[in-house]
Amino acid sequence: MAQKERISWEGYGLLGPSLVVMVLALAGPLLLLAITSFRSQNGIGFTQGWTLAQYGVVLGRSSYRDLLMRSVLISGLVSLVTVALAYPIAYFVAFKAQRKFLWLIALTIPFWTSYLLRVFAWKIILGFNGVINSGLTQLHLIARPLGFLLYNPFAVVVTLAHAWAAFAILPIYVSLEKVDRSLLEAASDLGDGPLRRFARITLPLSMPGVIGAAILIFVPTTGDYVTPQLVGGAKGTMIANLIEVEFNGVGNWPLGAALSLVGMAVVGAFAGLFVAAARAATKAAR
Amino acid sequence: MKNRGLLIYALAYLAFLYVPVLVLPIFSFNNSEFIAFPLSGFTTRWYQSLMDDSAMQHALGNSLKVGSITALLATGLGLTAAKALTRNRLRGGSAALGFISLPLFIPDIVLGLSLLMVLGWVGLPLSLAAVVLGHLLICLPFALTVLIARFEGFDPNLEEASADLGEDGWMTFWRVTFPLMLPGISASLLLTFITSFDEFLVAYFLSGTEATLPVYIWGQLRFPERLPMVLALGAIILTVSVALVALAEYVRNLGIKKATVGA
Amino acid sequence: MSFLDISNVSKSFANAAVVNRVSLEVARGEFFALLGPSGCGKTTLLRMIAGFETPDSGSISIDGETMTDVPPHLRPTNMVFQSYAIFPHLNVFDNIAYGLRKEGLSKQGLRAKVQAMLETVRLEGLEGRAPDQLSGGQRQRVALARALVREPKLLLLDEPLGALDKRLREAMQVELRALQRKVGITFLLVTHDQQEALSLCDRIAVMDQGRILQIAGPRELYEHPNCRAVADFIGEINFFHASVRQIDQTTVTVNAGLLGTLTLPRSNLAPGIGLHDHILLAIRPEHIGFVDPLKGMLTGEIVDANFLGERSLFHIRIAGRNQPIAVSSSATPPASSVHLAFPSEFLVGLSSD
Repeated sequence: MAQKERISWEGYGLLGPSLVVMVLALAGPLLLLAITSFRSQNGIGFTQGWTLAQYGVVLGRSSYRDLLMRSVLISGLVSLVTVALAYPIAYFVAFKAQRKFLWLIALTIPFWTSYLLRVFAWKIILGFNGVINSGLTQLHLIARPLGFLLYNPFAVVVTLAHAWAAFAILPIYVSLEKVDRSLLEAASDLGDGPLRRFARITLPLSMPGVIGAAILIFVPTTGDYVTPQLVGGAKGTMIANLIEVEFNGVGNWPLGAALSLVGMAVVGAFAGLFVAAARAATKAAR
Repeated sequence: MKNRGLLIYALAYLAFLYVPVLVLPIFSFNNSEFIAFPLSGFTTRWYQSLMDDSAMQHALGNSLKVGSITALLATGLGLTAAKALTRNRLRGGSAALGFISLPLFIPDIVLGLSLLMVLGWVGLPLSLAAVVLGHLLICLPFALTVLIARFEGFDPNLEEASADLGEDGWMTFWRVTFPLMLPGISASLLLTFITSFDEFLVAYFLSGTEATLPVYIWGQLRFPERLPMVLALGAIILTVSVALVALAEYVRNLGIKKATVGA
Repeated sequence: MSFLDISNVSKSFANAAVVNRVSLEVARGEFFALLGPSGCGKTTLLRMIAGFETPDSGSISIDGETMTDVPPHLRPTNMVFQSYAIFPHLNVFDNIAYGLRKEGLSKQGLRAKVQAMLETVRLEGLEGRAPDQLSGGQRQRVALARALVREPKLLLLDEPLGALDKRLREAMQVELRALQRKVGITFLLVTHDQQEALSLCDRIAVMDQGRILQIAGPRELYEHPNCRAVADFIGEINFFHASVRQIDQTTVTVNAGLLGTLTLPRSNLAPGIGLHDHILLAIRPEHIGFVDPLKGMLTGEIVDANFLGERSLFHIRIAGRNQPIAVSSSATPPASSVHLAFPSEFLVGLSSD
């Protein structure tokens, strides 16, 4: 009897410290954030009493709503582009490559550098006097530098698609690896050519990995700060940039808090919708 | 024919991945303040000036401190939590796992700002300790993932066998659990260290007067004349990261050694 | 006082009784088996003896010592796990020597002991190998050696041969039997393979759904099962419905439907059966004989014949009965129409619940 109880207590004892850290560093602060969102800024302090004023501003002002929508749109585009570009290479490594391990290492090495530096590198590359423009000019391929490369949503999408590449490749690769090769042989045996076989067997079976990757990318991208700040310009600002403004210097903390929570709720809603749609689509396809 | 097409795509994709990464070393040796083509000749002066940059070195020291402490704490907590979640029968185990993994789904900016608010509310100053707490929050899910996978990968009977053969809890941990977990522990330490070392946003909000390296770099970005130096720094970080990962992989694959006679 | 004494032990998981008031005794030096289908509780019982699970009630004692508060690492038992549980980060020598650390032997002493054990299990020369370089049979022997080198009072074996292919399994069975005789240690084996239990063990406890059905030697279990579950589990058997007409001092007369009225020895009737009770009459396939029409009790058609070498297994369809009758015989009947005889000394009467 004593031994059985000892096992349970030991388990909770081992788990305890981690849970304490999480409560102190996550649950508590988020609670405070939520509380703050229901207050108003009053000089350097907050007013007493609850109010929905901040939420009114966030949802009421069209510029804020547009910003939220733009963030979601850019994220969605990033997820789509990253996953679409990553799928063929994941397929290549899973099915065609000889030295898979080497390929996987080669594909993940770029991500062992600081994210900050990678974004900065894209800024240099896409700039008006940057690497692409100066290179193309040197090669006499263009007469004047291309202005559309930087400080807009295009730059944000390119930079983030690059930044998230590994997070798309790996889950898709794993789900492709798991596809039972004997299923493909059976399909061939039953008359499917390579293209049909891909569409009817490989693609559906790898969908969980694809959807997982898309969500994995979508959720954090919406709240990204660094990329829009460095390469987004005025046209490519996203929600995190606005939130940061409210917390820096003389800002409006309650408004920033409300923006954060609404932002997370919007992302969560879209992510949930996407997963539900994906599930329905896979069911319908059966 | 399809093989060839896919291979070409794969190589093109690889190029796309490496271009921004290669910009760093290429232009860090370029003898020009402007980061553009044509190249102006080879120089190491940007690396030289890194040697003289005491502010950068101080920030580097801070990052190393924060990174090591975060790695140790996250791995230690992750180890105990992983053991509890995989080996001990716990009610609410999956709920606890979900809770600990929550930071993965919350944007860094919200994590950083809410911690900022709590510190202000409690009256604690912004400091490297605060950064460690923030990084711990971010890194714990990673450590846990790696360590849980490792625990699940080895036969629970092994620990029972050790007990059956006469060893108590502590000796079993030392002779069986720890050696078998070592690859997982190393991977966790490395992963969490690198995550903390590279982390910018939370450190930006919480570090106060003591900058970590990414925060320092961020500060330099608004000065065009400092850019080549930043590239040099980046190139060094890249090389060291790659070397560390290569080393970790090598160590991991040393795996089962033929132990010398004598337990 | 027996060597291993299990007294009224029960254990439940999530409100389901996995082991239900089990009592049994094992004598010193016996090769004993817990036999039963998956989920019958035999492995849980074994783990309670080893100390990895704690009984909810009841007690276990080994050589006179109660084990209730003794943790696994202090018990005089050692276990061979189903998965072998060979430490992957140690070589063969270090695996076998693992449990000897606490004994404080000198380096030579340790070496000698391990070397002797290597010879006993026929693994000489392999001491430097890593576990992933060993075959299944070799790993099994390392697990055995590792447990035996500690000279436990009781060796517990959890389905040790399950992972081996048929040929290897049979060879290992022979080795295990010889090994047990040689070292003289009490062995307790858990298995679902009745052929294995019957060929290896001195006594067997048949379990089902957490309870012990019968404890007896192999021959006794085979010839005189005490209930339908045991009869069915061990070997093939034919059942017939019957009712008890008369119970005399040494014989019992039953009304057996298609078989007519039969008389069998009273000792073949399971305990607790009374007059007019419905029973199941059971007889093994090898005891039913092909006879000429005059001596036959039943007539039927052969619907299936499996050639098994020395004997063949026939299935005979009888009018008025759904289930074919299984007959094992070394003789081959000349035609597909056959006559069967059921010698009464081999008929066993079992209760029909």
